[in-house]
Amino acid sequence: MALDQATVARIANLARIKVTDDELQAWATDLSAIITFVEHLDEVNVDGVEPMTGVGDFPLPLRADKVSDGGYAEVVTSNAPEGALGFYTVPKVVE
Amino acid sequence: MSGLTDLTIAGARAGLDSGDFSARELAQAHIDAMAQHKALNAFITETPERALADADASDARRAKGESAGPMDGVPIAMKDLFCTEGVRSTAGSHILEPFVPPYESTVSGKLKAGGSVMLGKANLDEFAMGSANITSYFGPVTNPWVAGGGDNRQRVPGGSSGGSAAAVAARIAIAATGTDTGGSIRQPASFCGIVGLKPTYGRCSRWGIVAFASSLDQAGPMTRTVEDAATMLQVMAGHDPKDSTSAPYDTPNFAEKLRAGVKGLKIGVPKEYRVDGMPAEIDRIWHQGADWLRAQGADVVEISLPHTKYALPTYYIIAPAEASSNLARYDGVRYGLRVPGKDLKEMYENTRAEGFGAEVKRRIMIGTYVLSAGYYDAYYLKAQKVRSLILRDFTQAFEQVDAILTPTAPSAAFALGEKQDDPVQMYLNDVFTVPASMAGLPAISVPGGLSDEGLPLGLHLIGKPFDEVTLVQVAQALEEAAGFSARPAGY
Repeated sequence: MALDQATVARIANLARIKVTDDELQAWATDLSAIITFVEHLDEVNVDGVEPMTGVGDFPLPLRADKVSDGGYAEVVTSNAPEGALGFYTVPKVVE
Repeated sequence: MSGLTDLTIAGARAGLDSGDFSARELAQAHIDAMAQHKALNAFITETPERALADADASDARRAKGESAGPMDGVPIAMKDLFCTEGVRSTAGSHILEPFVPPYESTVSGKLKAGGSVMLGKANLDEFAMGSANITSYFGPVTNPWVAGGGDNRQRVPGGSSGGSAAAVAARIAIAATGTDTGGSIRQPASFCGIVGLKPTYGRCSRWGIVAFASSLDQAGPMTRTVEDAATMLQVMAGHDPKDSTSAPYDTPNFAEKLRAGVKGLKIGVPKEYRVDGMPAEIDRIWHQGADWLRAQGADVVEISLPHTKYALPTYYIIAPAEASSNLARYDGVRYGLRVPGKDLKEMYENTRAEGFGAEVKRRIMIGTYVLSAGYYDAYYLKAQKVRSLILRDFTQAFEQVDAILTPTAPSAAFALGEKQDDPVQMYLNDVFTVPASMAGLPAISVPGGLSDEGLPLGLHLIGKPFDEVTLVQVAQALEEAAGFSARPAGY
């Protein structure tokens, strides 16, 4: 299926990637080629087949619901492009 | 002391143990090689001081009669997808350019605790997305191999672990770490004439490895011999409570049957891998591989993996879907690049537009699309079901055979600039490696010979889940029969 410009704009918005209007058509062509490629799967009959959600044949492990690590906010936030007092900062979201 | 850079892990250990040279001398020889071959662009961050400090610690241990293990004192390259404490870890991306992890990934930590000497962080495709190492924000890696016959075009090293493969092939590092999501260890190993082993999914911890597609990503060794791959995997593998998908199984001695031969083993050759338009030289090396195993007493039989041709389309739904989710974390808030905007949403959008390269954006957008409302069932759920069928093909085949032999890649290393305009053409590089990834199976690429142009071609073996012992056993037999001794001119 060919993706149109409106679909690309919708995807880019969901993915939070800025795509300018003059880039939309190039992305539509580009992504359509890949979607067309993956649509080969339409040929496969999957009636009664369970989806494979993971590889491991062992159950997911459980552990006690207890804090096991932490207490070093400065280390955790040390890579923040902007941070203050052991917190992350973002542009104002509440007026 | 150029001989020092020709050593295998096994050879280095023997020389260090007998006192022929020190770990510091060994490290210095490789640091010199790294400086001499800077033009390959195999490293994003070089860490020569760290390497010398690691080497001195190794020498000090040996002086006391102690050893940290079979890689104590061995100089390695670390793919820059592994978070290394205090050493910048970029994933080949602008968005992580300034990132210095305050923690160490489990696998790199095991190698560190095992005494290995880290030369630097190896270049890779951005977020491990690529098959030619041309998507790195830090520039492409050059394959040390060039074709014969006056064709001097620069060749790609394969990807995504292209810097790792180039470093090992160019004798800059004795071994390197790689990660493999759809072929990212095996295809560059094939292109650079080295050994690359992707273990069973769950064998090595993913904790602290920058995530691309979590149900596929797996770390593994890249070395110059099969024996070295087994040795390095021994150090890297093991259950890790910090990764819930890490297998809670004991680690076997991977070299247990290294030289047991293949007599009596059954090797499958899948007829569906004989794809249209396969170059004659690929078909030839594949037949040669089968003949080598047969000559050593293996029973080589044709098998069928009917859903082979659907593996790549399935991969290009599942891997981007997982990537779009994993890469949502790069938002300019907690680490890496931040590009301001008029509000929070615009800051996200600007940061991600500037921080990600074209291939990464492509995969995030494909992944977002196939997971979006109205399309989820048609694409993502469908792909998960086809993935079940791909796994079933292998499960049935392994009721019959002990290992499967295929070519690693459909071509030798191509020239920089080729296949760059059409993403689907680039994706086809992984046509032989992706099926094993989808099924979580262990697989290895071993150098089989040279192409008509004089470039290396790999042979690919796929094993049963958690049976790397047999995989290594068969790989060793192939390696011995191939007797691959060619090396890139000038290295």
